[in-house]
Amino acid sequence: MGGKTVTRADLCEAVYQKVGLSRTESADLVELVLDEISASVIRGESVKLSSFGSFIVRSKGERVGRNPKTGQEVPISPRRVMVFKPSNVLKQRINATLVNGSEPPPES
Amino acid sequence: MIKSELVQRIAEANPHLYQRDVEHIVNAILDEITEALARGDRVELRGFGAFSVKNRPARTGRNPRTGTKVAVTEKYVPFFKTGKEMRERLNG
Repeated sequence: MGGKTVTRADLCEAVYQKVGLSRTESADLVELVLDEISASVIRGESVKLSSFGSFIVRSKGERVGRNPKTGQEVPISPRRVMVFKPSNVLKQRINATLVNGSEPPPES
Repeated sequence: MIKSELVQRIAEANPHLYQRDVEHIVNAILDEITEALARGDRVELRGFGAFSVKNRPARTGRNPRTGTKVAVTEKYVPFFKTGKEMRERLNG
């Protein structure tokens, strides 16, 4: 397979199938989980989800960028970014099927 | 914040759910994302971000200490791109 896109609706369906709440409540909870992760990162607090990965906040200083079209230099203001560091378990899980399995490589 | 703290927060906001159920919910979500990536699919969560898998072809690496050549096999790495709304909220 590969090349399909999984969305919120699919996550809600998974919660609905596995946990047995109503569809509406499953949707609300998926949203709540994402909101709590976002809120934590926005507070500046990293979120570590064992066997999945960590969402980490990094602060970047000011640097000089360039408009690629005009070549003009523009200052890039200091900012905070969120990065995802995948756990080894997640990396191994992905390679177990994509490298060793029979599935063709995905587009990306 | 670690997974158990995330579960606790959500359980506190939903007193009608058992903490164990909330744990199942969080795991169901993470498992679904993991399985999608393991199939080579993309996971797009608007406002939050998108997970995808990138291919790293086999290459000849070098042991930085000794300089000897080492064969590095092909691999796939998970990749996350922060969503637009999330990027804006981080700097709001």
